[in-house]
Amino acid sequence: MKVVNQAIPKVDSKALVTGKPVYTDDIAPKDCLVVKVLRSPHAHALIKNIKTDTAMKVPGIECILTYEDCPDRRFTMAGQTYPEPSPYDRLILDKRVRFVGDAVAVIAGENEAAVLKAMKLIKVEYEVLEPLLDFRKAKDNEILVHPEDNWESLCPVGADNKRNLCASGVEGEGDVDKVLSECEYVIEETYHTKANQQAMMETFRTYTYMDAYGRLNIVSSTQVTFHVRRILATALDIPKSKVRVIKPRIGGGFGAKQTVVAEVYPALVTMKTGKAAKIIYTREESMIASSPRHEMELKVRLGADKDGIIKAIDVYTLSNTGAFGEHGPTTVGLSGHKSIPLYGRLEAFKFAYDVVYTNVMSAGAYRGYGATQGIFAVESAVNELAAKMGVDPVALREKNMVREGQIMPAYYGETAASCGLDRCMARAKEMMNWDEKYPVRDMGNGKVRSVGVAMAMQGSGISAVDTGAVEIKVNDDGFYSLLIGASDMGTGCDTILAQMAADCLDCSMDNIVVSGVDTDVSPYDCGSYASSTTYITGMAVVKTCELLKEKIMAKGAEYMDCPKEEVEFDGTKVFHLSSGKEITLKDIGNNVMCNNEEILSASAAHSSPVSPPPFMVGMAEVEVDKETGKVELLDYAAVVDCGTVINPALARIQTEGGLAQGIGMALYEDVVYDSAGRNFSNSFMQYKIPSRMDVGTIRVEFESSYEPTGPFGAKSIGEIVINTPAPAIAHAVARATGVQVRELPITAEKVYWGMNK
Amino acid sequence: MEIKFILNGKQVTASVNADTVLLNLVRDKGCYSVKCGCESTNCGLCTVLVDGKPHLSCALLAARVDGREVTTLEGLQAEAEEFGEFLAREGAEQCGYCSPGFIMNVLAMAKELDNPTTEEIKEYLEGNLCRCTGYMGQLRAIQKYLKTKKGARE
Repeated sequence: MKVVNQAIPKVDSKALVTGKPVYTDDIAPKDCLVVKVLRSPHAHALIKNIKTDTAMKVPGIECILTYEDCPDRRFTMAGQTYPEPSPYDRLILDKRVRFVGDAVAVIAGENEAAVLKAMKLIKVEYEVLEPLLDFRKAKDNEILVHPEDNWESLCPVGADNKRNLCASGVEGEGDVDKVLSECEYVIEETYHTKANQQAMMETFRTYTYMDAYGRLNIVSSTQVTFHVRRILATALDIPKSKVRVIKPRIGGGFGAKQTVVAEVYPALVTMKTGKAAKIIYTREESMIASSPRHEMELKVRLGADKDGIIKAIDVYTLSNTGAFGEHGPTTVGLSGHKSIPLYGRLEAFKFAYDVVYTNVMSAGAYRGYGATQGIFAVESAVNELAAKMGVDPVALREKNMVREGQIMPAYYGETAASCGLDRCMARAKEMMNWDEKYPVRDMGNGKVRSVGVAMAMQGSGISAVDTGAVEIKVNDDGFYSLLIGASDMGTGCDTILAQMAADCLDCSMDNIVVSGVDTDVSPYDCGSYASSTTYITGMAVVKTCELLKEKIMAKGAEYMDCPKEEVEFDGTKVFHLSSGKEITLKDIGNNVMCNNEEILSASAAHSSPVSPPPFMVGMAEVEVDKETGKVELLDYAAVVDCGTVINPALARIQTEGGLAQGIGMALYEDVVYDSAGRNFSNSFMQYKIPSRMDVGTIRVEFESSYEPTGPFGAKSIGEIVINTPAPAIAHAVARATGVQVRELPITAEKVYWGMNK
Repeated sequence: MEIKFILNGKQVTASVNADTVLLNLVRDKGCYSVKCGCESTNCGLCTVLVDGKPHLSCALLAARVDGREVTTLEGLQAEAEEFGEFLAREGAEQCGYCSPGFIMNVLAMAKELDNPTTEEIKEYLEGNLCRCTGYMGQLRAIQKYLKTKKGARE
């Protein structure tokens, strides 16, 4: 490994740090129509009438589109492989509005001022309906969020729109009730995680235009370039062949852009007018009409015998998908599948769930994707078990954690072929100086310090679904083009995939140019989500390089007039040992451009029957002010097993960044609605993501295992890193104050009132 | 109204409305490094220098820069590249969207503060949000950059 496992700067870093115009809004045509969306002031209403004639008279207005201008064909905005588990419950514009902020009309004009003026002049008459705002009362409520007959669920996920159910199910092994009844210690608690905003710095944005072939071109800040093509064709009711999607640089995604939040609006305008159009979501729109984390309430029952062997875990998750079902059926699965299997000595487990519709903004995909919620609940319950038993929670976990080689019944029966969780725990313990810091320390100034711990896992891609492919071409002078269908959203997949290719092809990074995603050119890749790119697309790189090397050797043998079975390739030349003949890759690259009938290019796809979990341990040290309940995070130590680390600098940044987001989730971030369903958390004033003053010190180390099915032994890193802070910080606060906060975020008020009950 | 100001060393004139903010004016003038992240002066992405001092261009009326000197990252390419190398070596530009505003403030800080402590660095840059990195990599890059600059001066 010459290039793999090196901290290579990202291939696009120079453009990014010098501020080059590489993002969607920087490259949009200057004369394209400005598109904005008029949004519902009501959480639940029927549109009786929309009057647009006055608004249309505003100079510069091109069109105002309403539900009457949209196909009556339901679709999902979830960027998932077809057939999507998310129900087809949306129209681009609907007569029924289902949350405050839902789209009512689309306005396009020459400039923003004209569009905003026209928006104010549109008169909408609503029949206001009672909203369904309490997700605990949603199932079988008489208020239906989706009463319509053309609502459709394509997959057997237990969905039923006449019961407000987006998904429902139960699974398990053994008799949980019986095993729990025999346990010496049983914890039974309810945990509540909130909607969280991904809050990527670049909000949702897209521009669209018609090309010379009469096709709709979509340039979008998306993680799911190919899914955008399919979803837009479905939504607009046009053939997929009429749509092309291009992904430029993306200013962050974290799952938000795995939902097609904004693309439909300018696309509709361009289809209607033939003119280029763009939409740039304001931060407010990105806060009130986007795709945040599913709010979940998790009831956990967990039992251990007198020796502290955890024998049974029972999880029931109620998930709030909001007005639409994007990612509803799938996120909920992870709340059980990626929490229960952390414990390897269970005799029984049960996992049941309901995902319900309500009249708040639709939830979506956010880093961790349900695992984050499930792990907060189960890891908190394990910490509560340790407290009840009076034992060290690290020792309790060492006794129970899943080990390499074990079968994980609650994780599709997969085997933990690579698992360094035990080493992660041992190293985190050293980093945090756990034994010395675990006792609560009174600082003598009204403040107390303590530490907390949590474990986590995730997956690496969606097994037997996710498909990634790359193509590598040999060009003149022998440089390679690496065509990637996965969407680099800033995380660096363009770089790490090139690193893998450089190692496989025995060349330097300089000899490989990468090109990002264009659905007309790039090989198919389902996209960058589910922690799949390194593991799935990385393996496609390895396979492609093998194929390409064979082709290079065959060409070299042909030019040297040697049998191809006898030649070798060292990255710069093909040579024939016995005759001493050789030909450089440069010459081969140039020769194939003349009198050649075989293209010197290879492409391979990859999918995996398994989704090997990365593992992780996080430990938090907090200081709590006992007068006010204020929690300050001092130090966070984390150790990750993501298999082989392909790029240590990028993996470290991913980890530190994910931890900071997890810290935000634990301590600060909350989407708050009033009793009428209005979203108060509509700006960075109200929705506080951590600044550099709020995250303490974050320290990260790696304890790599070797994943036999991954490229160079790699597993994923992108999502797991957000999962430990909430339970670890809650644990540290519980140790310090005796108050176990079971509803995030852990605010000073909750801690204070807990201490002063 | 018409205003005259210096943008990245060049005299420019612009016709602006009373409510035009500097952010939109400099982007219209081709300075695409200047980004908008929040519209509420929380994120620091739109940071530019006015007469050498960092300002949030989303909250500054264009009319206010009449007769003054405005610098964006387009006018500090060599400095951006120099510090940017430290940032990229840590992987701490990640998505890169907050990098220009952040780098503007880092460069202003390097001029303004002598030997800043970690706490001083964090305080100076508190208004620059980043959702990707968790800030630790940025701090490592800044400290290595400042150390190298100091070494070069001594």
